[in-house]
Amino acid sequence: MIDMTETQPIFGNTVPSSMAQVGIITKYTFLDYFRSRRFFVLLIITVLIGALLTALVYFRPEAFTSSSLSPYAFYSTWWGNSINFVIILSGIFFGGDAISGEFQNKTGYFGIPNPIRRSSIYVGKWVGAFIAASLMFLVFTGITVGNGLAHGSGIPFQFVESFIFAWFYLAAVLGVTFFFSSLFKSSSISILVTVILFLFVFNLLGSLVLPLIQVEPWFIITYGAGIIGNVLQVPYPQHETVLNAGPRGGFSLSTFNSTVPEGLVIIAIYFIVTAVLGLLFFERKEFT
Amino acid sequence: MVVVSNPSVEAVNLSKKFGVFVAVSNLNLKIEGSKCVGFLGPNGAGKTTTLKMFTDLIRPSSGQALINGINVHTEKKKALASVGTLIETPEIYPSLTPREGLTMIAEIRGVPASERKKRIEEAVADVRMQEWMDKRVGKFSKGMKQRICIASALLSNPSILLLDEPTTGLDPRGMSEVRDIVKSLKSKKRLIFMSSHLLSEVSDVCDEVAMIDHGKLIVYDTIPNVTAKFSGGGNAVEVGLQHAIDEALLANTIARFPDVMGAEKKDAKTLIIKFSGGLDVQERLLDDLVRLNIGVVSFKPTSSELEDAYLKLIKDTL
Ligand SMILES: Nc1ncnc2c1ncn2[C@@H]1O[C@H](COP(=O)(O)OP(=O)(O)OP(=O)(O)O)[C@@H](O)[C@H]1O
Ligand SMILES: [Mg+2]
Repeated sequence: MIDMTETQPIFGNTVPSSMAQVGIITKYTFLDYFRSRRFFVLLIITVLIGALLTALVYFRPEAFTSSSLSPYAFYSTWWGNSINFVIILSGIFFGGDAISGEFQNKTGYFGIPNPIRRSSIYVGKWVGAFIAASLMFLVFTGITVGNGLAHGSGIPFQFVESFIFAWFYLAAVLGVTFFFSSLFKSSSISILVTVILFLFVFNLLGSLVLPLIQVEPWFIITYGAGIIGNVLQVPYPQHETVLNAGPRGGFSLSTFNSTVPEGLVIIAIYFIVTAVLGLLFFERKEFT
Repeated sequence: MVVVSNPSVEAVNLSKKFGVFVAVSNLNLKIEGSKCVGFLGPNGAGKTTTLKMFTDLIRPSSGQALINGINVHTEKKKALASVGTLIETPEIYPSLTPREGLTMIAEIRGVPASERKKRIEEAVADVRMQEWMDKRVGKFSKGMKQRICIASALLSNPSILLLDEPTTGLDPRGMSEVRDIVKSLKSKKRLIFMSSHLLSEVSDVCDEVAMIDHGKLIVYDTIPNVTAKFSGGGNAVEVGLQHAIDEALLANTIARFPDVMGAEKKDAKTLIIKFSGGLDVQERLLDDLVRLNIGVVSFKPTSSELEDAYLKLIKDTL
């Protein structure tokens, strides 16, 4: 039996600060990812993508260098084409059901009725997911750089820039996935919405619909994330390229590329807005 | 450190609506002191809904849920600092072990690092789950999870416990062990507010009952008062004795105590004494019995009367 025989009724304990509690939630979120297969499944997928690209570079090195005039052609082709996918995959794996799972799996009933703010739980889980996703990101970066060095491309400054942008983008993608997981009570719906949005809707809008109506897709996060690949191109792609197509110049198409400041602002705004809204939704959501 | 001399749980005009449906309606209830209060009511009465408002799982539509005078919704961290809870059967992250899940709770609640291991082991021993301490929770049965969750409610040595049907899902031994835990907590200056459908359990461990139906409070009083007022045939207590009782003593002395309406043997060492009146009479009766030196080892209101009162109260409002 727990000894509760103090003569003076002193109960409970000094509850840690909210900051300290965020750290505790982070630690256990990470432990959960690590323990459940989730972490390793994604690690395997990430390594497989890296291995596939490595094999491609090994057997067809010219595919990575000849197609572009850029001195960073290797990174532009390799990293520019794959990192987006790796990031979105991490976002879905670690963020897709982070909050909705608390409701659907009823784990919230274990954690919520404790002296801890809901915001501490949200932030703690986000940080845990960010650390886990960052590890994937670093693994993939490691494979990328390894190949770059092996093929004599060194580590150009532009790649370092691109790496930082990508990491920042990873944070924002997790912000968005957390937002959706906070918005919906069902994990499968929150994951599905994220997948559809990032893999289809944003791409379709950005590369098809908006160019047709010649509107700059400044409100789409993937457009902002274009800077990750663009900084690896020499020269940096034009902000707007107008193409006249069709018989007798029938219609015009505009291809847009975000500038670096523009891209950073778009990513930052997505991050901030979804973080604030996701937190608000979580604060108001009920366990019924 | 939280020093609470008089723990309290208070609902002030507390209401909860789901759309147009009113699940809890203008509940006013204040319980305080070290005691155990049973929370009774039919299915769908609003018991779980009420307890959820006291634990930040849902928000009140209006009114306030106060713990030690602190509003749970606006100052959650402070209000729940010294409250152990068990609402429905929570799930622990399935990949963690009880030790890890409970360590997380202990850390969140600020159990000092030096005491954590010992407290967790004690709490897990209390619910007889030592063997499972380092196995993953994912494959546990409902009752096993319930036990771990009870351990988590006890972990931080709380002054108040809010328990929603704590014994459902447990095997008979588990039920009786949890009842013993609750009783031992009660004797140590805890305030326990516990919903239950088991009236025998409630009359066994609780001192008072609050009954609700259709989201409205029907009665809140001590068990003897409730049974005295609402069960037809007065009150009854079951008295356990260490030795067999002398028949003559029973018929000539005990049966003739003031306010006693009847005294009979249930078996050689158990008496059922019917009396009219509330707690005062009950207290005097116990006093008188003890003075007889007949080896009184237990003394408790019988459940049948609470059931009687319950059925009457709940039927009366339909
Ligand atoms: N999310 C919800 N939406 C609509 N109605 C709800 C919701 N949650 C609960 N209710 C209703 O509120 C009422 C009270 O439910 P509650 O769970 O508090 O009852 P209870 O007293 O705990 O019942 P039981 O003894 O069966 O556990 C019920 O009529 C229930 O249908
Ligand atoms: Mg209930």
